[in-house]
Amino acid sequence: MPPMPHSVPPKRPSGLTRVQKQDLRNAMLFISPWIVGFVGLMAYPIVMSIYYSLCDFSVLQAPQFVGAANYRELASDDVFRRAMSNTFVYAAAAIPLGIVLAFIIAMLLNTGVKGMAVYRTIFFLPSLVPAIAMGILWLWIFNGKSGILNYLVQSASRPVGWATLGLLLISPLFLAWFLGRSLGDDGKLCRWGALAGAVAGFGLVGLGWKVGWIGSLTTLELNPPSWLSDTFWVKPAFILMSLWGTGHAVVIYLAGLQNVPVHLYEAADLDGANWWEKTRNVTVPMMSPVILFNGIMAIIGTFNFFAIPFVMAPGGQPARSAYFLAVNLFDNAFLYLRMGYASAMAWILFLIVFLLTMLAMKLSEKHVHYGGS
Amino acid sequence: MEAKSPFAKVVIHGLLVLGSVLFLFPLIWMVSTSVKPVSQTQEMPPRMFPYAEVMDAQDGQSYPAVFFRETPEEAEKLVALLERRGEEARIEVEVAGIVKEQRWVPATAIREPPVWRWENYISAITYKMEELGYIPFVRYGKNTLYIAILSVLGTVLSNALVAYGFARIMWPGRNVAFAVTIATMMIPFPVLMVPVYVIFKNLGWIGTPKPLWVPAFLGSAFNIFLLRQFFMSLPFELSDAAKIDGCSEFRIFRDVIMPLAKPALAVVALFNFMYVWNDFLGPLIYLTDQKTYTLAYGLQAYQSQHGGTPWPLVMAAASIVVLPVIIVFFLAQKTFIQGITVTGMKN
Repeated sequence: MPPMPHSVPPKRPSGLTRVQKQDLRNAMLFISPWIVGFVGLMAYPIVMSIYYSLCDFSVLQAPQFVGAANYRELASDDVFRRAMSNTFVYAAAAIPLGIVLAFIIAMLLNTGVKGMAVYRTIFFLPSLVPAIAMGILWLWIFNGKSGILNYLVQSASRPVGWATLGLLLISPLFLAWFLGRSLGDDGKLCRWGALAGAVAGFGLVGLGWKVGWIGSLTTLELNPPSWLSDTFWVKPAFILMSLWGTGHAVVIYLAGLQNVPVHLYEAADLDGANWWEKTRNVTVPMMSPVILFNGIMAIIGTFNFFAIPFVMAPGGQPARSAYFLAVNLFDNAFLYLRMGYASAMAWILFLIVFLLTMLAMKLSEKHVHYGGS
Repeated sequence: MEAKSPFAKVVIHGLLVLGSVLFLFPLIWMVSTSVKPVSQTQEMPPRMFPYAEVMDAQDGQSYPAVFFRETPEEAEKLVALLERRGEEARIEVEVAGIVKEQRWVPATAIREPPVWRWENYISAITYKMEELGYIPFVRYGKNTLYIAILSVLGTVLSNALVAYGFARIMWPGRNVAFAVTIATMMIPFPVLMVPVYVIFKNLGWIGTPKPLWVPAFLGSAFNIFLLRQFFMSLPFELSDAAKIDGCSEFRIFRDVIMPLAKPALAVVALFNFMYVWNDFLGPLIYLTDQKTYTLAYGLQAYQSQHGGTPWPLVMAAASIVVLPVIIVFFLAQKTFIQGITVTGMKN
């Protein structure tokens, strides 16, 4: 904390000295824009929002008080419920995946590789793309007929099939070797284990061949969905897009990783910790406040997820499976002109975000380590 | 952590290169689509880069495709160029729908299409010009810049003033007021959306760009917080010395603190510019007249009018909206990364 001027707190607000009075007057002048902004665009709107949420209000006519009717209607609104479950499904997948992906990329960047700044720029670029441009670009990529993604999925069919086959072949071998190693760290056991694994692997493949599904692996034909018009695949499509824009978090995590004191790793090295132990016991705990903060920001962002679904899935098509809360709210307010109903929805939204934030803080209480350096 | 073994280094570089390709590909695909002719965007298998077009003639052979314009008023159409002899060229033209006819035309009436159709950008920009009486993209660009300049100006000015009041002057109730300011960050935009709309409607501002830049002059909690942190870190001896010299509070602000705060002000300005440039919801709510659209919003209108059919034009338009952001990023990369780091870490 830097030292403050005139840090003697006034004992009696009524009896301010001349300097204190002058300071107060100056301060009020300096913060006057915010006073106007706070009262006009924050405090008053919040009060009005509560009031509107208890009214039938179409903007064209004066609001009519209806009590809790809007909230009661929300409880039985199927579309709202649909939007809610869509948003939760999206959040439950996109937020953890985004955190893990960004963290992995940041850790790779933090290994002291050459060209770190170049890689960082590349990973960051997509998160610069305006939401609308992003939506339009991915409409084209996801296009069912001539979209590039489906072409790539189709042409990856065979390699994926062969890779699966290869994995099947070597996995028993690897498993046996690993088992042998962990049992006794004895070379002989390892070799015999590997041999047994190899035999088992070939046996498995032989069996598979006999049954017939090996043949279908080598001639695999993946049948990609038409993403944005498929009630199931539209959400994975949005999740995939959200991962593309994760570069922002990468930059933050990377900065956090660079702040982890080196002496902690040195101490871990002295204790003979391997890479995984260092990651689990040093990196993740030291990064936990940054992860928590970004997680909460992601929750808020997800519940305000608007522009992309608005452009890519008008009206939440197909069959409202891409209808998200913020879009539902916008439609109620500005399409159906049900401003009171939309206000009630906004407060429910606020409550959800608030509770989720509290939950995240509570759950992470034991795992988040503040301070340190 | 330093990667030690060369094997680990190869694996790390391999993963990063793979990731980079995946992250860059959509952007590259956007630009590559934007310079293709429409026909090449609907082919299976798709090709990465555009190539010279060919056309099948009636004799069953493929010939290079060229643009042909019969009279200066007519639009260009794609025809097969059978042969070229001196000042004349023999082409095969479609007459009345399906009938094809071979014809000798002066060489000046045909034009070889460039393989990379950068002219798609001109078509995208000037599309619909006659109907509207203006060039939409230029108009939208001007609108966006107008809002962005006023908004950035307002943001820097108001937030610097307010943050100064919170950071460098001691007054009773300051900490409470600041805590309240921070708490407003928790209020999600949807809660404010309806009442703020009603306020602007009562002011008669709907349909004008005012709702998009006037609030910038009234400060925002996030920027106040950011600048306050920075102002607090500047030595207080500077202010004390200036005060002894008889400077007023405002002069200290203007002549001592503001020059030192340039990096922090740059972060705030940059983020605000990006915000205005990318903003979609604001224009969607407040702008009703097509003449007043911003670029990001105009892009959406452009896309929905096209129904997404001529993808090269739509991708060219999208590239035009993305490009300035990327240029700004590269010009101010350091400020940018710093800003993100600070906003993401100091909680």
